[in-house]
Amino acid sequence: MRLSGFTESLLIAFGTFRTHKMRSFLTILGVLIGVACIIGMVSIIKGLDKSMAGQIESLGSNVIYVSKFKPGIQMGRRSEEERNRKGITFEDAVAVRENCPAVEAVSPQNYYHRPGGNYAKYRNIEVTRPSFFGTIPDYEVVNNSFVVEGRFITDADVKFRAYVCILGYDVAKTLFENLDPVGKKILVNGDRFTVVGVMEKKEELLGSGHANNFVLIPYDTFTKIHPEEKELALAVKARSPELIPAAIDQITELLRRRRGVPYDKPDDFAVFTQENLMDMYKQLTGIIYLAMIVISSIGLLVGGVGVMNIMLVSVTERTREIGIRKAIGAKRKDILWQFLIEASSLSGIGGVLGIILGLLFAQLVALVSPLPAAVPLLWVLIGFGFSVGVALIFGIYPAYRASKLNPIECLHYE
Amino acid sequence: MLIKTVDLWKTYTVGTETIHAVQGVSVEIEKGEYVAIMGPSGSGKSTLMNLIGCLDSPTRGEYHLNGRRVSAMSDDELAYIRNKEIGFVFQTFNLLPRASALHNVELPLIYNGTSSGERIRKAKEALKTVDLEDRMTHRPNELSGGQRQRVALARALVNNPALILADEPTGNLDTATGAEIMELFGRLHREGNTIIIVTHERDIAIYADRIFYLRDGKVEKEEDVRHIKNSGN
Ligand SMILES: Nc1ncnc2c1ncn2[C@@H]1O[C@H](COP(=O)(O)OP(=O)(O)OP(=O)(O)O)[C@@H](O)[C@H]1O
Ligand SMILES: [Mg+2]
Repeated sequence: MRLSGFTESLLIAFGTFRTHKMRSFLTILGVLIGVACIIGMVSIIKGLDKSMAGQIESLGSNVIYVSKFKPGIQMGRRSEEERNRKGITFEDAVAVRENCPAVEAVSPQNYYHRPGGNYAKYRNIEVTRPSFFGTIPDYEVVNNSFVVEGRFITDADVKFRAYVCILGYDVAKTLFENLDPVGKKILVNGDRFTVVGVMEKKEELLGSGHANNFVLIPYDTFTKIHPEEKELALAVKARSPELIPAAIDQITELLRRRRGVPYDKPDDFAVFTQENLMDMYKQLTGIIYLAMIVISSIGLLVGGVGVMNIMLVSVTERTREIGIRKAIGAKRKDILWQFLIEASSLSGIGGVLGIILGLLFAQLVALVSPLPAAVPLLWVLIGFGFSVGVALIFGIYPAYRASKLNPIECLHYE
Repeated sequence: MLIKTVDLWKTYTVGTETIHAVQGVSVEIEKGEYVAIMGPSGSGKSTLMNLIGCLDSPTRGEYHLNGRRVSAMSDDELAYIRNKEIGFVFQTFNLLPRASALHNVELPLIYNGTSSGERIRKAKEALKTVDLEDRMTHRPNELSGGQRQRVALARALVNNPALILADEPTGNLDTATGAEIMELFGRLHREGNTIIIVTHERDIAIYADRIFYLRDGKVEKEEDVRHIKNSGN
């Protein structure tokens, strides 16, 4: 199409918007809502993705986790085999450190879940539902997480079953505010511990509130208090990121041997990394993306129907104008483009406004909730493309109808 | 020969009824001629004009314009001919209501890709020809009937067409204004334009050189009226 025809079409389009403000606005609104939905949702998901990536970095990329089950949401009942699984033991942890050459350090973590939730108390201030576990000094280096105040637990603390504890950052903040926690005595599930250190603040995983809400004590102190807890989770550090696959293989082989898994049976335990978790997370967001696309598509479809309706009205109203234009030499494609450009500029305006609104909405959500937001540049383009695409798809029929009209009949149209 | 029609037919079917609006019209019109078409209402004048103006295709017969066989052309080819070769003036003006006079006159140039500077220059020139330079920015509803028809005439002229067609151009105007418009057509004719007008009124028709009388879609009679004009009527 020629440039002169294009600018003419744009002028006509904006002339129409001026003369039919209300109905143009409503049509724009239809598209706007659809696009705003897409952009808003993508912004939030992208924000989550970004914070996840930060999370993984802060955890140290060469951490391997070992536990009885793979983490994730359990759907339905566990199988017979799963229910009969043995826990990972402290001896397993020692064996992994001793016998796997690719492993640098192992941090066994034994958790206690008090019915009704753990609590930690200083004077009359209480922290609800902190996680409570026993571990060894290697915890720091394996998890790449260090004390900011006081000291970490020592081998002596473990050996002598000292009643000392390290607080997660949030626990320390809640219990002590501006006081120095080191040296203070607190109650955890009824037992008295002396605080010796506070851990640095860790990035929250998906805003779950768990990363900094924990009380950690020496491993042997924990087994003395909770001899019944025999299921461990191991955090394992490989000697280097390149050695992670080797370390996983060595751990898997060792545990299969120790647990007596027949060679033709699958593992009865789980060895996984942060990357595995990331993959799972991506799967989850994949589902969210899909749901979002479906919802937004419906929104855009409604917007598209609105565009089509308005264009059909516009064509009918302007039959005479079409006749005049044809009489003085407008070709079919000139008329076709005129209406397509009108439809796409309507829809494009809706798209741009929708993008702005969607981004604002995401920022607002980020402001008032723990959910983060990011500007998904690619999706801004996709959103705009969608809005114009919808106009082209839904505008083509009315435009085609207009282009086919007979000039004489149009001129006689009342 | 600018226009040559051979046994031109236009047949409409409305329901079960067939209406032969034009029945075997064969006419020849030279370049530079000024022709009027007269006849009673419903005799097929407008239909014939639309065929000559390439707004419609004949049901049967041949039409040659400027040596080209128009009767066999496609929609888009006809659009091109309408744009390049023909300037049409309608009884009801048919201006775009929301566009200025200047923009209305520019319109045919937009559809043949003339650059915007050239377009404005030509449109202004055409408006000058019809003495409307001072009304360029006015919209049709801000103009009198006669002025509107002059805008329409400027639009018909702007592409320098081979042929100017006018279907009852004075039909919606009072006698004095109509006469003004007819003077304008006369001037355009003297400047070398080929003009065909449809009219009911003999007073208007005698501005032309030749009159075709139409009845029931056929040319009933042809009259040379140059002597009347020359005799100072
Ligand atoms: N689109 C159409 N469909 C059916 N019949 C038509 C159509 N256009 C014109 N006719 C018929 O063709 C005949 C000629 O019509 P036309 O408009 O050419 O007459 P006219 O000579 O211009 O009349 P007037 O002086 O009233 O303008 C009329 O009988 C009319 O009813
Ligand atoms: Mg008529």
